[in-house]
Amino acid sequence: MSSPLDPPAPEIRPSLRQWLASDAPTSRRQAMLGNFYRGVVALCSNPAALTGLLIVLTLIMIAIFAPLIAGHVSPVHQSLADRLAPPSSLYWFGTDELGRDIFSRTVHGARVTLTIVMLVSVVVAPIGLAVGLLAGYLGGWVDAVLMRITDIFLAFPRLVLALAFAAALGPGIENAVIAISLTAWPPYARIARAETVTIARSDFISAIVLQGASTWRILFRHIMPLCLSSLIVRLTLDMAGIILTAAGLGFLGLGAQPPIPEWGAMVSAGRDVILDQWWVATIPGIAIFVVSLGFNLLGDGLRDVFDPKNT
Amino acid sequence: MSVASDISGNTFSVIWRLGNFLGSLVLTFLGLTAVTFVIGRFITVDPVLAVVGDRATQEVYDAARISMGLDRSVPEQYFLYLKKLLSGDMGHSVITSQSVLSDLIHFFPATFELATIATVLGVIIGVPVGVMAGAHKGRWPDHLVRVIGLFGYSIPVFWLGLVGLLVFYGELDWVSGPGRIDVAYDDIVTSRTGIILIDSAIEGEWAIFWNAFSHLVLPASILGYYSLAYIARMTRSFMIEQLGQEYVTAARIKGRSYYGAVWKHAFPNIMVPLITVIGLSYASLLEGAVLTETVFAWPGLGNYITRSLFNGDMNAVLGGTLVVGAVFIGVNLFCDFLYQIFDPRLRTS
Amino acid sequence: MSEGPLLEVEDLSVSFSGRCGITRAVRNATFSLGRERLGIVGESGSGKSTAGRALLGLVPPSGIVTAKRMSFAGQDLISLRDADWQALRGRRISMVMQDPKYSLNPVIKIGDQVQEAYRLHHRSTSEEARRRALAMLDAVKIRDPDLVYHLYPHQLSGGMGQRAMIAMMLIAEPDLLIADEPTSALDVTVQNQVLRILDNLVTDRGMGLIFISHNLTIVSSFCDRVLVMYGGRIVEECQANALQAAKHPYTRALLKAAPSLEHPLTELAVVKRNPEWLL
Repeated sequence: MSSPLDPPAPEIRPSLRQWLASDAPTSRRQAMLGNFYRGVVALCSNPAALTGLLIVLTLIMIAIFAPLIAGHVSPVHQSLADRLAPPSSLYWFGTDELGRDIFSRTVHGARVTLTIVMLVSVVVAPIGLAVGLLAGYLGGWVDAVLMRITDIFLAFPRLVLALAFAAALGPGIENAVIAISLTAWPPYARIARAETVTIARSDFISAIVLQGASTWRILFRHIMPLCLSSLIVRLTLDMAGIILTAAGLGFLGLGAQPPIPEWGAMVSAGRDVILDQWWVATIPGIAIFVVSLGFNLLGDGLRDVFDPKNT
Repeated sequence: MSVASDISGNTFSVIWRLGNFLGSLVLTFLGLTAVTFVIGRFITVDPVLAVVGDRATQEVYDAARISMGLDRSVPEQYFLYLKKLLSGDMGHSVITSQSVLSDLIHFFPATFELATIATVLGVIIGVPVGVMAGAHKGRWPDHLVRVIGLFGYSIPVFWLGLVGLLVFYGELDWVSGPGRIDVAYDDIVTSRTGIILIDSAIEGEWAIFWNAFSHLVLPASILGYYSLAYIARMTRSFMIEQLGQEYVTAARIKGRSYYGAVWKHAFPNIMVPLITVIGLSYASLLEGAVLTETVFAWPGLGNYITRSLFNGDMNAVLGGTLVVGAVFIGVNLFCDFLYQIFDPRLRTS
Repeated sequence: MSEGPLLEVEDLSVSFSGRCGITRAVRNATFSLGRERLGIVGESGSGKSTAGRALLGLVPPSGIVTAKRMSFAGQDLISLRDADWQALRGRRISMVMQDPKYSLNPVIKIGDQVQEAYRLHHRSTSEEARRRALAMLDAVKIRDPDLVYHLYPHQLSGGMGQRAMIAMMLIAEPDLLIADEPTSALDVTVQNQVLRILDNLVTDRGMGLIFISHNLTIVSSFCDRVLVMYGGRIVEECQANALQAAKHPYTRALLKAAPSLEHPLTELAVVKRNPEWLL
């Protein structure tokens, strides 16, 4: 029993976490945010995936704040008197054959890597999505032809063809991106088509068709969003492979050209002096490894969250 | 009993899938040639120049232009290109001045040697390790295999090769450096199979044999690691799936020990998909060999392609791409086909 | 010759720890068995199959088995070592599983699977083992043992597969057979055939039998005694022919839920669960 002298009982407001984790969302926004929250929690409860996420976020941070992190030391400034200097308090990662600070070059190289990865994603995902959506929804000969082409490209060896393309197109980041994209898009078309075929049969699509929606609207407003999660998982898993292929191209002198610091090219530059000045080739390689590892861990984690039947 | 109809039904579906496989093979090969055709004709700035090199005379240039059919329509050009390919004419290499075909034949054994030994390593180590990991799910063999597999997907092969050279050649001096054989021993043994290990053993030239071996060990091990990582990971995955099946419990009910059930019951069930995996690993090693050979100056197809790349020798690059691509595609599609005909789902129809 | 009970179980409990806490699949089960037929009836999740596996020491590694007492023919099972379990399984206690599609190894011939069960416990030549396997296949009324010997499991029908499984599990002449839903995966027409074969073999060899099923009707006609399990606990134990006098409300509800041709109802009775039964 409360007496009139007691302070008035505070209004009970659900905490943010309770609101997100609620079983009965009252608005679409709450449902979507709730799903996202649950996904994040599941991801973070997996230590390997969490590590991957941290690595990727660190990569992004380093790329954005590269000049700051490199202490405003230029990655292209040559200091020939200091060439091939071992790691020290002055040059944290030592210097390369032209006296450039390897730490600064590695840090700025993160930008190049991230650029390539983003560009390839931006090219590959929409193409794969478009092909898959059309093939899956329209069916018939469109499906047969598109899937044939997809299967043919799927069977091609990625690196070798990227090599051939880049060789013909010439060096440069854009050409490397094109070369990689040309062989990287098929899996996404396959995934998008498989999802589209399943979704297109469902009742709610029939309902929208009856309401008179156009094919474009159905494809892009209704089916596409449902394919996105599988695509994102696959993309994350593929990132490591894309990074390795790009680094391989860089190692062979294709891709980003000097003096732009690209990790693969940096490894190649250090190749001649590997026995005596190990840091020139080894350190950029470690960067490639760590970043690939991060994407692999993150991709595995995402796949466990979205598709738990895969252990 | 449905035995008779089962067998004949099976045979029919095998033949059908064989037809499917051959059809896909031909179509994909055509696709590959179309891609190399497009690269060679349209993407290179001057296709003729790419073929004859920049130091060719005007006559050579004009002759090449006509022989490449550049004055004709695109489909005609492609047809001409295909015809040439089928007769083995892939043009001439600007550097070696030999026909690309003879170059490829010359350099192929070295790559074959590397890829084969690496795959053998991958199988010998990867399969038992994978089985143990699957049999001890959640314990250290399992975690070890997952880590090995993870690294196999993250470490750049060209970097691992360099680090390997640094450590095992530079610091420890356990193996020989780049190259397939010491210059002093080069060309002494008659090349019968093209594989120095075999050729020198036949002639009893043991000094040469061991020298070749010490050159082979490091690149084969590096490539072998990737093969092992992939095979172990897949083996583990297959084993985990089988060990959860009822027939494994049934074997233990009969009185089999755990390992008896693992090796005598579960393992036979993964052998067929495993063969497919081994084939796929071999195919992907061909790609890894491109960069490995470059690092180790190994005179194989991969090295040939990258050297031609540096010299702008498009004929050689495309010829090498065709061969590597064809083998890659062939092995991949064949493994898919094998898996389909042995798929247990085919049986319980 | 009087011998003690074949199987004595007191306070058997099996729990699994998972992401949502601990699941107690079997709770304090106590029963004993002589050379008779005991039926264990329950719905999915009642713990009956898990109890069966516990008797063979084959609960999945994530499960913890505890009991005040669990012994077979005087031999303690709780602290049994692996080597001793292997000697016991197949030779003295055996189990017939539910679905031959999954419980037979798809890549090994039937004959080899059957003779393996014999050779694991008896030193013999392959000829001898083959002979015995053929004899066993004949004992389970397989019409052409020579042919079936060389077949693979997917080439057999369900009924034949299950008979092969029975042959495999009985060839080493165990004293106790646990049948875990032996006919649930079979067509109704085939169920009776297989049950009859099982019946004859168990009687001829004087074996003890534990018959696990969700089907009260089959169990009551096949067994001497019946245990009813619910939520991991044994809630009823009675003679098979005295089932109508069963006391526990769950058993009575199960009996009422079985449709009857003599007294057709417009609405079938449904078991109304009382959460108190889970305590």
